Amino acid sequence: MRGFVIAVYGFLYLPIALVVLFSFNAGRHASEFTGFSFQWYGRALSNTFLMEALTNSLIVATTSAGLAALCGTAAAIGLGRAGPRTRAVFDALFGAAIVVPGVVIGIATLVALVQLFGLVNPVLAALWPGDAPPRLALGYGSIIAAHGLFSTALVTMIVRARLGALGRDMVEASSDLYAGPFTTFRCIVLPQILPAILAGFLLAFTFSFDDFIVAFFVAGSQTTLPIYVFASIRRGVTPEINAIGALVLAASIVLVIAAQVLLRRRQPASA
Amino acid sequence: MSSAARKRLVTALLLAPAAVWLFLFLVLPFLAIVVFSLGERAPAGGYAPALTLAQYANLPARATAFWNTLVLAPAGALACLLIAYPVAYYLAIKTLPQRRLLLVALIVIPFWTSLLIRTYAWMYILGGRGIPAWLEMIGLPELRFINTPGAVLLGIVYGYLPLMILPIYISLERLDRRLLEASADLGATPFSTFFSVTLRLSLPGMMTGFSLVLILLLGEYLIPTLLGGGKVFFIGNALVDLFLQSRNWPFGSAIAVALVVIAVLLLLAANRLTARLSGARQVDLL
Repeated sequence: MRGFVIAVYGFLYLPIALVVLFSFNAGRHASEFTGFSFQWYGRALSNTFLMEALTNSLIVATTSAGLAALCGTAAAIGLGRAGPRTRAVFDALFGAAIVVPGVVIGIATLVALVQLFGLVNPVLAALWPGDAPPRLALGYGSIIAAHGLFSTALVTMIVRARLGALGRDMVEASSDLYAGPFTTFRCIVLPQILPAILAGFLLAFTFSFDDFIVAFFVAGSQTTLPIYVFASIRRGVTPEINAIGALVLAASIVLVIAAQVLLRRRQPASA
Repeated sequence: MSSAARKRLVTALLLAPAAVWLFLFLVLPFLAIVVFSLGERAPAGGYAPALTLAQYANLPARATAFWNTLVLAPAGALACLLIAYPVAYYLAIKTLPQRRLLLVALIVIPFWTSLLIRTYAWMYILGGRGIPAWLEMIGLPELRFINTPGAVLLGIVYGYLPLMILPIYISLERLDRRLLEASADLGATPFSTFFSVTLRLSLPGMMTGFSLVLILLLGEYLIPTLLGGGKVFFIGNALVDLFLQSRNWPFGSAIAVALVVIAVLLLLAANRLTARLSGARQVDLL
């Protein structure tokens, strides 16, 4: 069985190893390794389209994960105080947000937003005093909103698990000592759930940064990094993709390890 | 204001942002695609209001996509399960507790790193310059791997294996070891202890993993596109085509609704099956 397990680990890491190896390849082709070079990293970093897509991805991922951390934490605390019926409704909706395939979330969001914009834009144009009324359109906002849906569900789940493991005694002691609810939250609850919030943020960031399919539908004319990479793959593989791929893999690995470390702190058996 | 009313107000305010989000970007979009699926394609593409079931009657036009998805997704989930179980078993039962954390983290990392880039690496490995060239070097006949159902299946197993290992691992890790000892004390062989105790008690984990992977696979797009080369397409590919290329939004919406219905039915079936097999009443989705 040991051999089988080692083989599975090898299977999981083989493509990652190949992408990293070929990102240092000196040659133009992916067929053989012809020497060690950083040239593809240089090319990737000086490619303006690629850097623009990277910037877009960073903006989208930071914003949606940040909003999700706020809304998800608030929801997790709120659900702890809510009645069983409210909790059941939220559980069902958050469950749906996690389980419904991304392709359907992307489509549904696209359809609803385009329809909504169709209704709102003429009204905006009629009410706007100047010549150039603002037009709602797909872009940053729609990607952030669609990613935030999944991410809020994720953060809520993680923070709720942590809140569930929180001892009541410290909270009770705090109010016995005449601390107001807000002081108790700030001094007792928040420090204990902060690792879970941060872990949720990092996982949400990673998800948003890596997501292709949802963004593909709702990005409008914006390009995120996965959309750019997908388009390049279809045009034909260049070693530049290996370089950017290796950078993305390295960044996700750092984030996932950080999230895991935060989750494991004082909270065993969670994944 | 009474303190109970105040407490309720604070709770409502805490829940409000998430509720608005869920409503605007989950409930409303869902209602929208249901309405769209009853409409007609506008002449220039998009949606024209109507009230017809014609889009649903037209679903057989995409039968191949449904067929591929409904065969390859369960097959992939099953293959994941068969490979994941020994790994989860080894991690939960056979490793030292102090090494477990690292080994589990090593399983999680690939799942949370770009599936697009990892799948693209398989395009190279399975493509002409990868395995076929290596096989030729050792004198074997040239074989084709990429753009076959087998390649898609491999990509699926590769991409979703971690998601299958984790829930099984969790259910095995929580298993009460005294039950295994009791079983041995009562004269059961390791073989029969495994089948009547370990396997049975890890059933909820297996079912969670299986349902989760299956549901996600139903909407898969990247793996069939990159490793199936447009020959092995899934419902996800049909959806992208209908929405972004042929701009037939009502038909696409009908397919999306059908996909969600299939997913829900499969989840319910899996839940019932688990309940019957394990005697437990419910299965957590995550």
